Amino acid sequence: MTAVPALAVEELSVEFRTRSGIVKVLDHVGFSVDKGETVALVGESGSGKSVTAFAVMGILDPAGKVTSGRALFGGADLLALSERDLAEQRGREFSMIFQNPRTALNPIRKVGQQIADVLVRHGGATRPDAPRAAVEMLKRVRIPDPERRVEAYPFELSGGMCQRIMIAIALACRPALLIADEPTTGLDVTTQAVIMDLIGELAHESGMATIFITHDLALAAEYCDRIVVMHAGHVVEAAPARELFAHPRHPYSVKLLAATPGETASLAELASIPGGLPDLRRPDLPACRYSDRCERRIDDCVKPLPNRSLGERHIVSCWNPL
Amino acid sequence: MTALLDIAELAKRFDVGNKRLLHAVDEVTFTIGRGETVGLVGESGCGKSTLVRLINRLLDPTSGSIRLAGTELADMRARAFAGNANRARIQMVFQDAGDSLNPRYTAADAIADPIRRLRKMSGASLKSRVEALADMTGLPRELLSRFPHQLSGGQKARVGIARAIAVEPELLILDEPTAALDVSVQVVILKLLQQLKHELGMSYLFVSHDLNVVRLLCDRVLVMYLGKIVESGPAAELFADPRHPYTRALISAIPQADPDKRVGRLRLGGEPRSPIDPDPTVCRFYGRCPKGEPRCSAEMPVLRTVAPARHVACHFA
Repeated sequence: MTAVPALAVEELSVEFRTRSGIVKVLDHVGFSVDKGETVALVGESGSGKSVTAFAVMGILDPAGKVTSGRALFGGADLLALSERDLAEQRGREFSMIFQNPRTALNPIRKVGQQIADVLVRHGGATRPDAPRAAVEMLKRVRIPDPERRVEAYPFELSGGMCQRIMIAIALACRPALLIADEPTTGLDVTTQAVIMDLIGELAHESGMATIFITHDLALAAEYCDRIVVMHAGHVVEAAPARELFAHPRHPYSVKLLAATPGETASLAELASIPGGLPDLRRPDLPACRYSDRCERRIDDCVKPLPNRSLGERHIVSCWNPL
Repeated sequence: MTALLDIAELAKRFDVGNKRLLHAVDEVTFTIGRGETVGLVGESGCGKSTLVRLINRLLDPTSGSIRLAGTELADMRARAFAGNANRARIQMVFQDAGDSLNPRYTAADAIADPIRRLRKMSGASLKSRVEALADMTGLPRELLSRFPHQLSGGQKARVGIARAIAVEPELLILDEPTAALDVSVQVVILKLLQQLKHELGMSYLFVSHDLNVVRLLCDRVLVMYLGKIVESGPAAELFADPRHPYTRALISAIPQADPDKRVGRLRLGGEPRSPIDPDPTVCRFYGRCPKGEPRCSAEMPVLRTVAPARHVACHFA
């Protein structure tokens, strides 16, 4: 494939300063998303999925600092842009859907106004036109009775509805890149399926690149083209979704799959992952942050991590892959 | 087999003003056998939590009966139940152990609290009981002096389980016990729950959104929709051959990693009907149901037996 990536993240490292030391949260993270492609970032809590998204969006916590890397988007490095330029692009060129729609929406502003705000701010509509444009957006995310629902406050809507409002806000200006951070956590499976279908259709229609952050491997596999597996701030494996499930190569990906209910017939077949994440404050962090938990560890594992290419678009960062 | 828990025509209606009633739980009938694990599934707002709070006697029912091994519990006020001898027989593991543990109690205090209140133990015997529970749930003893914020998600889940089994309940209600955990930790906790059930001979009522977990853990499954049980049956059969259209939609919405195993997607349109003063002659699922024939809006389907141990509330099942 010769598709031009919509977003290319290269060598991204992020550190957090805390009272108990510097936490090396991301270490030379790299991946790309093509136009019209949906890529999943998966991993356990603390793997750095959300921090990656926040760094790209320029909304890292003040304690966090980007120490290296680039995020190339439309010819510019997002990490080098001024806050002013970023604010100009954010919401128009790239936008984000957050985990909990109820806390991310303004509780005391009508949802229609919240959509209109984004449109007006980025020149998608003039103030007088904005209410009608907001109704249009609600129709696009298939909210029944949109004329009435623009007048609603978030608390008057169900969780699934609020998530659709978030999607409407994120997509109002037809961004080229969407980051969805666990957009269906806390929703019912039936609602989750409808929301995921909707994001997929809208992305497909407009050729939008989508980064989908989740800890649910099965969900990632069903809705994404490619999967990037993260562990303790490293990208350990990246592969097309189908390929990752059929032939996972990194020992961590294998363990993660074995711990996910769904494929197995009984509880006994599910296996947990031994050990836990390493303390990312350690000054002597091993080159491979999984090596302390790894059953396939060999002498080479102390060397700097390789990025092995295993056929088309399949990369594994391991000295002894399966 | 005599049932441990026998729920008959249990209902809870909330007054929402203007003489309107919200039917949260509507004439629900089912049993849980001794040693059985029953899963309760359904979307948010379907009445799962209200049903659980009724059974756990934190809420007073409007009508119906809750019998635990023959003893009627529905007549007793929820307030009085807290000090009743039966309190120890039904215990609950709450959704997010991080939110449900008292932040100012150490792990040991949290586990000791129900023993102190319901078993009137204290001193050395209490301490040794708490340590035994920590051992049973795989919580290292040295963590007993820690506060919840000093514990990991998995460790907090263990404390939540330890305090629930501390007074040797016969029925343990588990409300999404692993929803806040990573998959690798979830596996460990699910296996712990399975093991404890065998060791202590408890029955479980397992409430969950995660149908994959329900499938692995439960013997039998109850599917709830807008206050009614719409389908029940042995877990394996129900997942392999769902009969109610809502159950079918639920199962087809489970994310499926293997594209070859994906069954035809069945997506529900529309919005659920209002639970406030619902029309007693209309099927609750009418409007979202892909079937939805005239009969469905003229006659409420009742839960009927369609095969041994399988019950479905649909005219067309």
